[in-house]
Amino acid sequence: MRDAHALDFYRLLDDVPLGVLVMDRHRRVVFCNRFLETLIGMPALTTEGLHCRNVVRSRACITGCPAEHHAELSETACIQSDLINRDRKRIPVRMTLSSLYDINGKPVGFIETIEDLRHLKAHDEEAAQAYSFSHIVGQSVQMQKLFGMLPVVAQSDASVLITGETGTGKDMLAEALHQESARAKGPFVKINCGALPETLLESELFGHTKGAFTGAVENKQGRFYLAHNGTLYLTEIGDLPLPLQVKLLTFLDDKIVYPLGSTKGYAANVRVIAATHRDLEQMVREGRFRQDLFFRLNVMRLNIPPLRDRDGDVRLLVDYFLNYFNQKLHRNMSGFSAKAMQILLSYAYPGNVRELRNIVEYAVSVCREKKILAAHLPTYLSERRPMAVEPSTPSEPAVQRAGPAPVRREGVSSWIEMEKQLILDTLVHTRGNRVLAAKQLGWARSTLWRKMKQYGIDAS
Amino acid sequence: MTTKVMIPLHKDEVAPRFDLSTEVLMAWCSDEGNVEQEKLLILPGPSAERICHMAMTEHVQAIICGGIDQEVFDYLTWKNVDVIDDVIGRATTVLRRYLSGRLHRGDIVP
Repeated sequence: MRDAHALDFYRLLDDVPLGVLVMDRHRRVVFCNRFLETLIGMPALTTEGLHCRNVVRSRACITGCPAEHHAELSETACIQSDLINRDRKRIPVRMTLSSLYDINGKPVGFIETIEDLRHLKAHDEEAAQAYSFSHIVGQSVQMQKLFGMLPVVAQSDASVLITGETGTGKDMLAEALHQESARAKGPFVKINCGALPETLLESELFGHTKGAFTGAVENKQGRFYLAHNGTLYLTEIGDLPLPLQVKLLTFLDDKIVYPLGSTKGYAANVRVIAATHRDLEQMVREGRFRQDLFFRLNVMRLNIPPLRDRDGDVRLLVDYFLNYFNQKLHRNMSGFSAKAMQILLSYAYPGNVRELRNIVEYAVSVCREKKILAAHLPTYLSERRPMAVEPSTPSEPAVQRAGPAPVRREGVSSWIEMEKQLILDTLVHTRGNRVLAAKQLGWARSTLWRKMKQYGIDAS
Repeated sequence: MTTKVMIPLHKDEVAPRFDLSTEVLMAWCSDEGNVEQEKLLILPGPSAERICHMAMTEHVQAIICGGIDQEVFDYLTWKNVDVIDDVIGRATTVLRRYLSGRLHRGDIVP
């Protein structure tokens, strides 16, 4: 196997910053690169001819080698495991094993790459207690609970359903889960189910064969094909048309993709992460979303709380984004004035973290002074009727005032309910006078009328 | 006086990993370098702690193994067990080499 032509190839592999092991059909080592030599602590020359399990000594080698009973692998296998090197150190690794073929397509052996995951594991341990996961930041109890779950969810290969309001960071979370999973080396393919019409979406997701429909002049590989050995992220899954929900369900059951116009399917090793801002349970009740698909996707569910419910996170995020935009825009802002901070802390953020990020970016861009004042914040923050803020006691740390600034009421759980309650309270106060109520709320009469209609409030 | 030698196994070879072995070869060896008795023990599951415990209760003097965690190695040597690790080869051949006094850490026995 090791001939004169292959020598340059081996030299190239020697310089790869990743452990590489080339084996024959009986999994006896033909080549071990320099990186792996250092990782396992065994000279490459002494590894030649040895069975790979005696060289790598990983858990996967002993408990479940994918090539144990096969001369060839039908697909590339990616496994997270650990090995014990010659320094008696246990090292977490990610191993990717693939078959090697000669020019006639005959399997001649295997190639394995071994990645040292020590730095990632150290990061995981920190992340378990840290106020962040990947680039998601938060110190509230709700977010810490979420951060505690994420490493476990990331390592599992089950489907994940991410729910949360717009701007809470569903896309970031999906990507972070992929990056922390065993599929991190594979592709992360994202598709917005609400962005394309049904026929186009089907072709985009599953691909099509030549002649499947007018204009299908050639075969097209779908996103499932592109996401092989990786993760497919279906955002706005609530907008997926019903016929495609059936097709997605079939894939989740069989893991086989049937391109449009083809009777022959192919196996795709894809993890599906779906996200939506819609209430899928409600959609299931209304018959707009298939219950079986909902159960299939809902294997692991992560709900990102809205920013107003995340106690203490507004201040943390304000500081985080200020620091971020200081660096990005080459500015040197020292912080926010007390008044500006009060406005930021008392705002309800219907657009969640995205809105807060935009507000801070706007303020950093507009401000020409050292400190950001209330005047540097977007005007709509101070134009709105300030949300009632509980007076903070001297002993209470300022951060605790952050988050859900409006007065909390028994049984009021969402912004919609809170706004409805606010309108009702104002109408009661003005004895049903809508002109006065609109004035008190700081809205135009038409806005109040629209919202009353939306919430089904009848003031007459 | 006999020496008790323990070799964690993977099939008929020295197990590549001490902690993942589910079979153990126990050999009673004479001072003259002969194997007086051999016993194959099957464990209910892989566990470094269980093998260590067995080595202690059976008063094993030497363990020949493949990869072993530093912590387990330190424990066994602290308990006066002679551990020869990183050994690759068939258990019977390895044991013969040990009895002839020529087995060292990292040996690959053909």
